[in-house]
Amino acid sequence: MSVQLSLTVNGKAVKADVDERTLLVEYLRNQLALTGTHVGCDTGQCGACTVLVDGRAVKSCNMLAAQVNGGKVQTIEGLAAADGTLHPMQAAFKECHGLQCGFCTPGMVMSALDLVARHPNADEKKIREELEGNLCRCTGYQNIVRAVKTGAAAMAK
Amino acid sequence: MGANDMGPVGQSIRRKEDSRFLQGSGQYTDDVVMPRQSYGFFLRSPHAHAKIRKIDTAAAKAAPGVVAVYTGDDLTGVNGLPCGWLITGTDSKPMNEPPHPVLAQGKVRHVGDPVALVVAESAHEAKDAAEAISVDYDVLPSVVNCVDALKAGAPQIHDGAPGNKCYTWALGDKAAVDAAFAKAAHVAKVDIVNNRLIPNAIEPRAVNASYNRAEQAYTLYVSNQNPHVERLLMTAFVLGLPETKVRVIAPDVGGGFGSKIYLYAEDVALVWASKQANRSIKWTCERGEAFVSDAHGRDHVTHAELACDKDGKFLAMRVITTANMGAYLSTFASCIPTILYATLLAGQYTTPVIYCEVTASFTNTVPVDAYRGAGRPEATYVVERLVHQAAVDMNIPQDEIRRRNFIRKFPYATPVALTYDTGNYDATLDEAMKMADVAGFAARKAESAKRGKLRGLGYSSYIEACGLAPSNVAGALGARAGLFEAGQVRVNPTGGVTIFTGSHSHGQGHETTFAQIVAGRLGIDMANIEVVHGDTGRIPFGMGTYGSRSLSVGGTAIVKALDKVIAKGRKVAAHVLEAAEADIEFKDGKFTVAGTDRSKAFAEIALAAYVPHNYPLDTLEPGLDETAFYDPTNFTYPAGTHICEVEIDPDTGLTQVLAFTACDDFGNIINPMIVEGQVHGGVAQGLGQALLESCVYDPDSGQLLSGSYMDYAMPRADDIPSIKVGTKVTPCTHNPLGAKGCGEAGAIGAPAAMMNAVHDALLGVGVKDIQMPASPHRVWRAIQSAKA
Repeated sequence: MSVQLSLTVNGKAVKADVDERTLLVEYLRNQLALTGTHVGCDTGQCGACTVLVDGRAVKSCNMLAAQVNGGKVQTIEGLAAADGTLHPMQAAFKECHGLQCGFCTPGMVMSALDLVARHPNADEKKIREELEGNLCRCTGYQNIVRAVKTGAAAMAK
Repeated sequence: MGANDMGPVGQSIRRKEDSRFLQGSGQYTDDVVMPRQSYGFFLRSPHAHAKIRKIDTAAAKAAPGVVAVYTGDDLTGVNGLPCGWLITGTDSKPMNEPPHPVLAQGKVRHVGDPVALVVAESAHEAKDAAEAISVDYDVLPSVVNCVDALKAGAPQIHDGAPGNKCYTWALGDKAAVDAAFAKAAHVAKVDIVNNRLIPNAIEPRAVNASYNRAEQAYTLYVSNQNPHVERLLMTAFVLGLPETKVRVIAPDVGGGFGSKIYLYAEDVALVWASKQANRSIKWTCERGEAFVSDAHGRDHVTHAELACDKDGKFLAMRVITTANMGAYLSTFASCIPTILYATLLAGQYTTPVIYCEVTASFTNTVPVDAYRGAGRPEATYVVERLVHQAAVDMNIPQDEIRRRNFIRKFPYATPVALTYDTGNYDATLDEAMKMADVAGFAARKAESAKRGKLRGLGYSSYIEACGLAPSNVAGALGARAGLFEAGQVRVNPTGGVTIFTGSHSHGQGHETTFAQIVAGRLGIDMANIEVVHGDTGRIPFGMGTYGSRSLSVGGTAIVKALDKVIAKGRKVAAHVLEAAEADIEFKDGKFTVAGTDRSKAFAEIALAAYVPHNYPLDTLEPGLDETAFYDPTNFTYPAGTHICEVEIDPDTGLTQVLAFTACDDFGNIINPMIVEGQVHGGVAQGLGQALLESCVYDPDSGQLLSGSYMDYAMPRADDIPSIKVGTKVTPCTHNPLGAKGCGEAGAIGAPAAMMNAVHDALLGVGVKDIQMPASPHRVWRAIQSAKA
């Protein structure tokens, strides 16, 4: 059975017919070719698939595309300005070497945006607690934590 | 060359590759969509050990969207997977190498062993159809523990490996070691289980294979650390194809840590099937599947002894290890607990004689192979746990016992086959102690004690052999391949430079580090340099990235190619500037006639080579494009001291890592920011092993109990502290970069530092022996047992 969807992705209105069991991440990757959102596990534990749905960080492997009907989705592809200028959080990850292989990075950045929206002045301890749902195997998290702090400060300006 | 006198070399340049990763435009294998794309799914064994009586695929073949279903019987003409390293046992016989079929042939030997491949129009349809395959299993008793597998009466896993033994191998002078032990004033002893780990790169393995009937050639996209090796093993050993007919592309790869070195069954099955089905086939491993199919790491059981004189000077070491190979020999499995382990048992010390004996066994578990550090973390753990124990036994301070035994004269030939070229172990120990404020530890311990907590401090003075490897040495030790690296420098007509490297970046930042080297040597802007890796169709050759070899071996190959480019450039410049070649100097991006102001920029000479209107065509070919292969003359020997400080709550058994300090000597450093990041990540994996991670199989059923992120404790952001990183530099003496390698040091040094800290903390409550991971349950029980 297919389901008809209409939603906004990175500011653009889209309509689609999807199989009812299609996950949000499958819809984003396979139908919209937004392959920046990654799949790193099958139990909602790694956070590589994190996107913003109506401003809230959501693991898009744990949500059906049909559940987002009428909603607004933001992915990593929707963050930089039209002229290519990186979002302050993206710039902070680059500046602080907050990524190595890059696979967990889009999910980390999206989680970080949600974190900053709720806790604009989070300290290291808070940032570490809040990033508990995103796994990184490369960085040991140290530079990610620094990046989130730096990005939060830049966003506050 | 010093590290800091070559333009961007030595600077923390921000990474070139980050812009695409941060905008979601990286291209990983699962992102690639090919024409006529179909999707594969592997049906895997649910049993640890079973005979296959019958497989019925009829219903699956009739299921919606199914293109084809293949089982082991269909793979005619496909050989088993090879092992790349031959170990010769103490009985002078080659190791037992039982067949490693691509899809099960009559028997399954571990949970996750692939049994059938379904190809369908969608991934969902392939998975649905696999459920319709009926496999009639005759379940057999299984064995998962490497020691149990060698006992009389253990289930026999392979016909070709009696008693489940792969080999017993030894290194060192046993008689001399026995004699030294007989004279020892003290013998320190440890019994160690080096816990089995699951690598868990966050990008699961993925494959997209296709066949072009016009060219009769295959293209394989694969998440892999060494595409040329993948191609070589697949064509020469398994499929019997010419290398010219297979192009392997490893695009952006989301972490490897060793687990993506190997030629896996899935890669071969999908390449083979792409021709049979005449479709492109994509397979992306699910995480649950990765847990039961990616090669695991470690899994040693060891008894070790260190003989000391009355002053704590080491006289001899004896190490007896059993290593788990899993159900089959993975690509480099056999050399990890031997060549990359026993050879490192001298550590940083002058121990004059060492004997190590290793027995490798087959079990009903996923194959075990290299995981970050590969043999060297296991060796460091043995050495540093022994040294810690000896110091405790003999009441010598931990730093002092190390200093009494440090190697200080180089080159130094160890009793276990290596020759260290250079090092300064006092320097890294001194600096680490300063950074960790060891002087203030007693006060901190007292403060913890006031709160009822147990504080401990642990050291690990590690060494590793990196820059794998001199091919002649590797060959003499059983390697079935060379271990050189290739680099090509293509200067384009307008002066931009493309670097083709046989190294592969899966997080290491080669696009930046290698560009820094080239920019420094040629005096050109980094923006004009592109680094290409991971494609057998574009790169001359490559042995890939593992064993911290990319900079010291791959980087040196690029330097050698740059030398050739500059040498040819001087000839062109001599002609253009009407001077003798001997008078041409190359400096700061300019070819200059010595002692004059007559010069040409590098880009001008490049253009002259491609537009040879005024050119010595009778003696020199046009163009400026050079390739070099570099085979090192020795391993490199990064070393350092890590210090860990923990606090344990005796009421709950919870261990908190309060501080971790790493002071390392990686030789010359090209990009300090990237090096520091490598140390952070390595230490996190090392602390993961010591604090959290453990692969657990049920001993009765052979089922993997730690088969998801809900059961296998990966280090998360709130599990570990920010660590302090320092470096000391003694340049490597035998490569032009003076580089040693930094990728594995953290994972090698950290487990022993942390576990020594745990033992130090628990000493006062009578706990003498605790294994990794130091989970709250295990620590609490140890404390309770000591009380009883």
